Amino acid sequence: MRDEDTLVRRVPVKDELKKRVVKGPDGLEFEVDPIQDYYCDARPEVRPGSYVRIVEDLFNWARSESLWILGFGTGCGAIEMRPLMTPRFDAYRYGIQWRPTPRQANLFVISGYLSVKTLKRAIRSYEQMQSPKYVVGLGSCTINGGMYWDSYNTIKKLDEYLPVDVYIAGCMPRPEALLAGFEELKRIIRAGKAEGANLYAQNFDWYKANQKRVIHDWDMPDYNW
Amino acid sequence: MRTLLESLKERFPLGPITEQRPDLAFVTVERETLRPLIVHLRDREGFTHLVLLTAVDWIEENLFQLTYLVHDRANARDIGLRVMLPRDEPEMESIHDLWPTAATYQRELKEMFGIPFPGSPRLDEEFILEGWVDIPPYRRDFDTLKFAEENFEHRAGRGTTDPATHMRERMATQGGSK
Amino acid sequence: MTFDWMKIPYALLTLFIVLNYGLLLTALIQKIGARAGRRHGIPIWQNYVDLLKNYALRTHITHGVMYYLGPVFRLSGGVGLLLFVPSIYGSEMFSNLSFAGDLILALYFIFFGTLGMALGAGESGHPHAAIGVSRGLSQVTAAELPLALAVFSVALQYQTLSVTDIVAAQQGGVAHWTVVTNPLAVAAAMLSFLGSMMRPPFDVVLAPQEIPIGPPTEYHSSYLALMQTNRAIFPVAKMVIYMNLFFGGATSWPVFFVKVFLLYLFSAFVGVVFPRFRVEQSIRWFLIWAVPIGIAAILIV
Repeated sequence: MRDEDTLVRRVPVKDELKKRVVKGPDGLEFEVDPIQDYYCDARPEVRPGSYVRIVEDLFNWARSESLWILGFGTGCGAIEMRPLMTPRFDAYRYGIQWRPTPRQANLFVISGYLSVKTLKRAIRSYEQMQSPKYVVGLGSCTINGGMYWDSYNTIKKLDEYLPVDVYIAGCMPRPEALLAGFEELKRIIRAGKAEGANLYAQNFDWYKANQKRVIHDWDMPDYNW
Repeated sequence: MRTLLESLKERFPLGPITEQRPDLAFVTVERETLRPLIVHLRDREGFTHLVLLTAVDWIEENLFQLTYLVHDRANARDIGLRVMLPRDEPEMESIHDLWPTAATYQRELKEMFGIPFPGSPRLDEEFILEGWVDIPPYRRDFDTLKFAEENFEHRAGRGTTDPATHMRERMATQGGSK
Repeated sequence: MTFDWMKIPYALLTLFIVLNYGLLLTALIQKIGARAGRRHGIPIWQNYVDLLKNYALRTHITHGVMYYLGPVFRLSGGVGLLLFVPSIYGSEMFSNLSFAGDLILALYFIFFGTLGMALGAGESGHPHAAIGVSRGLSQVTAAELPLALAVFSVALQYQTLSVTDIVAAQQGGVAHWTVVTNPLAVAAAMLSFLGSMMRPPFDVVLAPQEIPIGPPTEYHSSYLALMQTNRAIFPVAKMVIYMNLFFGGATSWPVFFVKVFLLYLFSAFVGVVFPRFRVEQSIRWFLIWAVPIGIAAILIV
């Protein structure tokens, strides 16, 4: 077995992320630690839903009918998302829209294989999304590696790193399969079982350990808002 | 192409020549000959386009093969220059001053094969891999399956089934009436 | 001077009607745009669901006071614009809080929300937000020029700064509308209208397909919901101004709905047909085509 600490340390920290002394406009010198100072890295907390059952049901219905997808194509599966906007499939009529910023999105579609480098960006984007948030794994690659099962650079099991609500199997799944998967996700949300964000907060240490095991140059805070 | 190769043979010491097609030939040259030859091709013979720069790992011969493919737009012909480098010290001269794009190829080769090109810009920066901790992954002595099994969690239950045997077994157990 | 307190609940009623109308109208226009692309488009109630969902998000983070105030300013720009011009001419209930100089105030309110947004988005610290704001401000400023010229022209024509008086002067048939009596001013204003509706070809500022979505990049949950509310109210409020100044106003709600819908449809038609302008292209377009018309309108009056 490899020693985790030595693995992390063997990759040097990038220059722009090292601690440094900066001179402010008022002449005062102060030390900046980019990883600590530029982010809020408070741990995520479990956010319970509304106490009143019927209100929470109403909210869940609204969440299920208004899925905003983060426009982040990780792999070749991104090409299967585009037809959903076209007249033939037209996902807009199911309340599915695409947002370009993680702040406004609720649904993260991991579209296809996820290389270690992309995983790092995916984690950051996921953590910047606002709770409640959902993850859909698209394609065989997210389930068990798919055709990249022996690749040195892609992860094989997405739910080790992010809480996945729905997997859509296929290589690649057709747009119809995507629509079916989104409908399944809606059912899960309406049933109140899509609590991925809370799951992530509960098992935060486990997820972080898994993530750090594959990302050898971890140069970001543990949680970035 | 034949006349071009003849004229090159007079000026430079050339190794074995493979004429793949009338418009494509591969020439093996020494490490030191490459630069004058490629400058000559670019400036005198009109091979102005560096199509690619790539490497092959001949682990059995203990060699890396670099291939510089240059293209002559006016006459629509290509020449590939092959340079054989020993695997234990594969250093090669950089050509980023001839074609700036070569710097990117050289970064990739440095990362994926561990072939250094001293003087090439941003050579030591990460190109595709981030935080790579093992030997360069395109070398053939790197075992990608072993690396994947050690580094990544695998989902249990992955197996392969030959369709023919699978169907035969299914027919045997369920009967072929349906 | 006495103030009729009953005006406040009436104004709130106007606000409520306009909000619902705006939510449905924007969805309907989106549906029409989708039909032009042979899609079905969003359901007509989608905007309500989106609003509810955004208010129901469990986490939200703030970047500071101005970040918080940005959407508030934006919304108050829309609401203020709506409240200080009469929605229904001749109706005591729905003349809102209009007064003698309200035309100037309305011009100010059109710009107010954008400025508030600039401050808020600036504090969010996201580079895309800063890019979006600078694009938005330059485009809105360029689009505002012809509108201001047209408004001055109309004010000169009727010798008043009160929207109510301008509407009153246009009563009595289509022939009295400004669009007939002062067509150049209306042409300049309608070109400016295209620019400020944030629809193609002038939607580069916050088009979701642009890589920087623009000022609202960092906005989410209830902040975004506030801005969505404004996005329903503000276009309607602006179209109320246009309707009052140029198209004879409205004497009842059905007339109001139809006129506003047709005005919106105008910008939707243009948007469906034309591709998107870059910011420098749209500014050049406004300065070359719209501003001279506005100047001509003033000169002729």
